[in-house]
Amino acid sequence: MSTATSTPTGTGSEPGRRQAAHKNGQISKRGRVQQRWLPWAFLAPTIVGMGIFTLLPIVASIALAFFRWDIISAPTFVGFDNFAEVVQDPTVRVSFLNTIVFVVVAVALQLGLALGLAIMVQEKLPAWLRVFFRSAFFFPLILSAASVSIFMRYLFNEQFGVVNWLLSIVGIPAVPWLTTPTGSAAVVILVYVWQNFGFSFLLFIGGLASIPVETYEAASIDGATGWRKHWFVTLPLLSPTTLVASVMAIINALQVFDQPYVLTRGGPGDSTRTAVMVIFESAFQRLEFGEASAIGVILTLIIMGITAAQFRLSKRFVFYQ
Amino acid sequence: MTTIQERVTTTAPVVKRKKRDWSVAIRVVVLLIASVFVLGPVLWTLSTSLRPPSESFQLPPAFLPLNPDFTSYEQVFKQLNIVLLVLNSALVTGLIAVGQMITAALAGYAFAHLKFRGRGALFSIVLATMMVPAQVTIVPVFMLIRGVGLSDTLLALIIPAIPTAFGTFLMRQYFMGLPGELAEAAAIDGASPWRTFRSVYAPLAMPGLAIVGILAFNFHWNEFFRPLIMTISEQNFTLPLGLVSLQGNLGTGSISVVLAGVVLSMIPALVVFMFGQRALQDGLTAGTGK
Repeated sequence: MSTATSTPTGTGSEPGRRQAAHKNGQISKRGRVQQRWLPWAFLAPTIVGMGIFTLLPIVASIALAFFRWDIISAPTFVGFDNFAEVVQDPTVRVSFLNTIVFVVVAVALQLGLALGLAIMVQEKLPAWLRVFFRSAFFFPLILSAASVSIFMRYLFNEQFGVVNWLLSIVGIPAVPWLTTPTGSAAVVILVYVWQNFGFSFLLFIGGLASIPVETYEAASIDGATGWRKHWFVTLPLLSPTTLVASVMAIINALQVFDQPYVLTRGGPGDSTRTAVMVIFESAFQRLEFGEASAIGVILTLIIMGITAAQFRLSKRFVFYQ
Repeated sequence: MTTIQERVTTTAPVVKRKKRDWSVAIRVVVLLIASVFVLGPVLWTLSTSLRPPSESFQLPPAFLPLNPDFTSYEQVFKQLNIVLLVLNSALVTGLIAVGQMITAALAGYAFAHLKFRGRGALFSIVLATMMVPAQVTIVPVFMLIRGVGLSDTLLALIIPAIPTAFGTFLMRQYFMGLPGELAEAAAIDGASPWRTFRSVYAPLAMPGLAIVGILAFNFHWNEFFRPLIMTISEQNFTLPLGLVSLQGNLGTGSISVVLAGVVLSMIPALVVFMFGQRALQDGLTAGTGK
């Protein structure tokens, strides 16, 4: 350790404090006291903020789920009534089902696309092309989901949209994207995947870069080429990255809101209504705060359950080097 | 990583060379098609915003903005109080970013270099809050904000967004990378712990702080869910909210105007992208073990 004798930074320090803090190599009483409360002073803004805006609200949300409250009149305790009502509510049911279908399809597409493109980008490409593709696929991540959904609405317009024009070139008749339940669901998924696959792509790029060269050398000596190389070397060695990417993709997809809200407002019918949209609507449009909290609690339990299951499953399928 | 392929091919039989080169060409074509699909919609948006509104639905679409026409941009300023929206967004995003940088630096430093009881447990709690979806806490947070009389103000957007678990985590990682000997040296020189942090560690952690700030900027500039809930009057709207309301007001009539607004809202994000792309990538993928 270097013992600097001059203070590289101390042009404006208070001499009194300096002497108090340090006397003959021993920390003074004042210094000791300061050392005890100092960490808490550093932590206070974050800890207090999180306590107020995250931890307290979690407890409040769970408690609120057992009350009926419209913010105007006093809350009344209703036990598990909110949960019972929510579970039986057809709109809530449909929205959870929609969310599950959305998560399965969107995450599969997102991960598949990201992995395929990442392998293609990482293999034997000139550096400048690699940088170009990496930036291109990353780009949508910096845009707001609201803006993206606004321009995508025009691109998927049935009569004037570019998407149907492109399809007409290859002879496919106009698809009623935003006016049919299936079409709308497809648009929400496509727009979401378009904007978010870049994130999984970045994770896979990082994962691929960390696979040791020797592994591929060994594989090619054993005669593995092309797809076999990826199947037997890349995929197993990439499995820790795949776990992280899929956990994050699923958690994010379960909370989808902006795209369906701007693209379709949940319609036609309830076809693109998602779980978070129902929380939003029951709380801030129908003022059923208890019910909204109950839906939120259920959604959180589902997210926690899926995440736990993924980590448990990963013990069997994830291969650590 | 560039050596992976080179080395593999050098061990492969020479006869296969030609076939492999073809596969590179095919890959480049596939990647180019993919990037056209990714960048195409954005180019179309830019180009359509620069055409006269009467031509906005023209097919085949134009992707290059030849003969730019700026009437739609004029219209955006007339139909939407875009200056106010930009100011609101900038104020909200800026204060959140600065607030996150300061609080995350303090907390990250404490978790990395200060010793206190319950450090590990407390850090685990901070990390755990990252997994709580915003939708679960939004109702109580909304009530709290309403309770203290801050509903429909910009502060309602700013204050709850400042404590950041991810930022704290990032800064802790960053400070752990700086040697603890610096603090010892500073103490011998008589610097107080606070001064050690402010004059020695914080300046060295600037790159990490930049990542926290850029991430905060990108996320909150684009945020839609919380502003939608927390603000009611148009004078408190942020950009994404204003654009969606503009689209609602105009229907599908003059899309050039809506798209001009969208393009304007993208400019700051684009600037951050150009200057902070590396930092953004590092920040987004930090903590994933890579």
